[in-house]
Amino acid sequence: MMNFINLLMAGLATGAIYALVAIGFTLLWQTSQTINFAQGEFVMVPAFFVLAALNVGMPLPLALLVGLALSMLVLGVLFKRLLVDPMLRHGVLPLAICTMALSIFLKETVKEVYSAEASPFPSFLPGGNLNLLGATISIQSISIFVFAICAVVALQTFLTKTSTGRQMQATAQNPYVAKLLGVPVERMIMYTFLINAALVALASFLISPVYLAKFSAGETLGLAAFIAAIVGGFNQIRGAIVGGLLLGVIDNLAAAYISTQYRGAVPLFLLIAVILFRPQGLMGRAEERTV
Amino acid sequence: MSRSLLLKALGLVVIAALIFVPLTLNRYGIYIMSLWAIMTIAAMGLNLTLGYAGQVSLAQGAFVGLGAYTVAIMMTAGFGFWLPLVLAIIITFAVGWLLGYPALRVQHHYLAFVTLAFSTLVFLVFRNEEWLTKGIYGIMGFKRPSAFGVSFQKPIEFYYFTLGALALASAFMAWLVRSPWGRAFVALRENPIRALSLGVDTRRYTLMAFAIGSAMGGFAGALYAPLVEFIDPTPFTLALSLNLLMMVIVGGSGFFFGPFLGAAIGVLLPEWLRFAHGWYLIIYALFVMLLLIKTPTGILGIVENMIAARKTRAASAARAAASAGLDKA
Amino acid sequence: MTRTLLEVQGIRKTFGGITAVDGVSFEVREGEILGIIGPNGCGKSTLFNCILGQLPPTEGKVLLDGDDVTGLRPSEMNRRGVSRTFQLLQVFPQLSVRENLILAGQEHKGTMVTRLFGPRDAGLTPDANQIIEFFRLGHLADEKAGGLSYGQQKLLDAAMAFMAGPRMVLLDEPAGGVNLTMLGHLEERLRAMNTERGATFVVIEHNMDFVMRLCTRVVVLAEGKKIAEGTPAEVRANQAVIDAYLGH
Repeated sequence: MMNFINLLMAGLATGAIYALVAIGFTLLWQTSQTINFAQGEFVMVPAFFVLAALNVGMPLPLALLVGLALSMLVLGVLFKRLLVDPMLRHGVLPLAICTMALSIFLKETVKEVYSAEASPFPSFLPGGNLNLLGATISIQSISIFVFAICAVVALQTFLTKTSTGRQMQATAQNPYVAKLLGVPVERMIMYTFLINAALVALASFLISPVYLAKFSAGETLGLAAFIAAIVGGFNQIRGAIVGGLLLGVIDNLAAAYISTQYRGAVPLFLLIAVILFRPQGLMGRAEERTV
Repeated sequence: MSRSLLLKALGLVVIAALIFVPLTLNRYGIYIMSLWAIMTIAAMGLNLTLGYAGQVSLAQGAFVGLGAYTVAIMMTAGFGFWLPLVLAIIITFAVGWLLGYPALRVQHHYLAFVTLAFSTLVFLVFRNEEWLTKGIYGIMGFKRPSAFGVSFQKPIEFYYFTLGALALASAFMAWLVRSPWGRAFVALRENPIRALSLGVDTRRYTLMAFAIGSAMGGFAGALYAPLVEFIDPTPFTLALSLNLLMMVIVGGSGFFFGPFLGAAIGVLLPEWLRFAHGWYLIIYALFVMLLLIKTPTGILGIVENMIAARKTRAASAARAAASAGLDKA
Repeated sequence: MTRTLLEVQGIRKTFGGITAVDGVSFEVREGEILGIIGPNGCGKSTLFNCILGQLPPTEGKVLLDGDDVTGLRPSEMNRRGVSRTFQLLQVFPQLSVRENLILAGQEHKGTMVTRLFGPRDAGLTPDANQIIEFFRLGHLADEKAGGLSYGQQKLLDAAMAFMAGPRMVLLDEPAGGVNLTMLGHLEERLRAMNTERGATFVVIEHNMDFVMRLCTRVVVLAEGKKIAEGTPAEVRANQAVIDAYLGH
């Protein structure tokens, strides 16, 4: 039982990180039909920005800020300007393939420039274990979960309560109508890319202390976020949260109770089942298809 | 007239180069050329599914793996090469057919996700089912084939074997895309609803596009196993499927010769960039991105656009000449 | 009395809470040109889609030669000799004009096996050339359909519907967006199809003059219901029709 609670907690912690990445993935799809196959690498890269900043002697808080800023510049602004904008007119598939090439590019660049080895990454959250009624619970898991959920709530509040947030939602739902209503659509799309960059940077800072910073770290993470986004509902932020948490928990429980070898298979079956029988996702609304 | 002559000459030169150049290469160079021929076959299959019939698949690498494992497992069990080859094609055809069913329900990116999940699942089976696949230890101890008393043991001999297989696959493909089936595949890609209203059984053609494309992948895998003489799960991750997809798109999706060119860039270019050490993949990735930004229809797409532009210019020049003639009269 | 080819009985189609077609019945007789008219959004195209299996009707039946064909797949309806065009232009831009026509006929001949191993044109080049001549597209036969003008594509679109020698053809707004010269040509060719080859037509149209000139009988829809049926002259004089059109 105690083991189960611990697994659940660890699952929720990873799940919350998946949710952050999945939300970004969903936002990019909504506002600019970008299926970002490099999203996993987007989570891997910010950790190396921070490591580089630490290496030149900055204190951790400053290094994290520099990492965040560089992520928003490179994975937000440059990604949009240099890759997505020129590719968008070519359609969804060529753009998706471009992001596949981008994922190779990011992975190999980090490997060549920094290191092929896994590097330890400092945590800015409290660690250690908590003894609660005889059970040992990882404080790190709890703090990751709380932190990630706070970030999601803050984002949701921004999107629903501020006028910029509402304009962004309008852009996501129907850019043409939004434009007619006077929403500065281009700027809103740029904000989306910035938010995605901030989300992946946050995910990176949260997960790297646990799994270490490595050039190949994005592979499994990207796939997980991708599945979380679709399972939850590809066009819904709420769906990405539910999908992320669900996937984190399922992943951890499957590893413990089904088979370590096939832990990766459970989310995949879930993905296939959802696409075939409920393509709008668990939380999504069905979209009317036009003939 | 002069263009078709030029194309024929170019074709002859390329074929001659494919036959004679490897004689001058070392063992590794010949291996790379054989790999190119095999990847071309796999990419050709994906080009049928994606380029002609318009069905996105991120699972072609898994079919190469299925073909390779079928041959490796059966050859170590003592079945020779030919029976496993046939079986590899049949198995991948059948599995490809089944993978086509999701395409009847969902399209585009959703289909991409389903095939991606399938591809990853197949990899897990390769890695985990040790009783069958020997897991991460891999399968070895099978030989390259021989036929009619001719052995294909030496690298150069096996290269000619793969080249022959490529010729065979190309001939089949050329026949297929120019038959009424090829026309139906294009109709399926361009406008499935209209195709349906013209009596085209889009369901059956969708399944066929998947099955045949996958069987080509299986065929390529069946040749890959005796080429490397050692099969483990590592080559058959999702990365192979994505690479094959990039080859098809970079070469020119929906063009007959697209896969030849795409595989040349995907297999040979990284080798030529070896001097750049670890940087070669970075350069390759940059090249792919720049090319796609320039044109999403790949290299052959650029060529076609150039030819079309020249034709239009020639036509308008002819029209101008004709109207000038009328003016005088 | 000519034979009834197609019989539509009480077709109803709802989307969520909205009723697009509300219990429409009519019949199509062999050799006639039946027009279906009505104001925008009265359910004409939805009705077509229900008849041809593109959409399953919520209620009602479609009989072809007395056989119940309700809900058959569009490809099956086509093979039974009912062909159609769409409101929006639908040709295959990457194929040549002749290839478009061969495609429109190839699934009506032989089997999957003969289509793979048989001749490349499925033996249809003569038929295609004949249709090309009939619609006077000869000079364009080897051009890619995507390179044709809008009117020429529209003509090809209609020509494709005749390729397999259908028993009846459903045309969804054949005149939409076509210039006057081309329209005259199209009208003349359709009439010739009818008189020379005895083809049966159902035509959905907005262009009232075109319908009144071409059709032998007209069905009028408004808000998903049939409000009138008769010869063009009768319909033109019908009070309900006048109200429906002026009311909108």
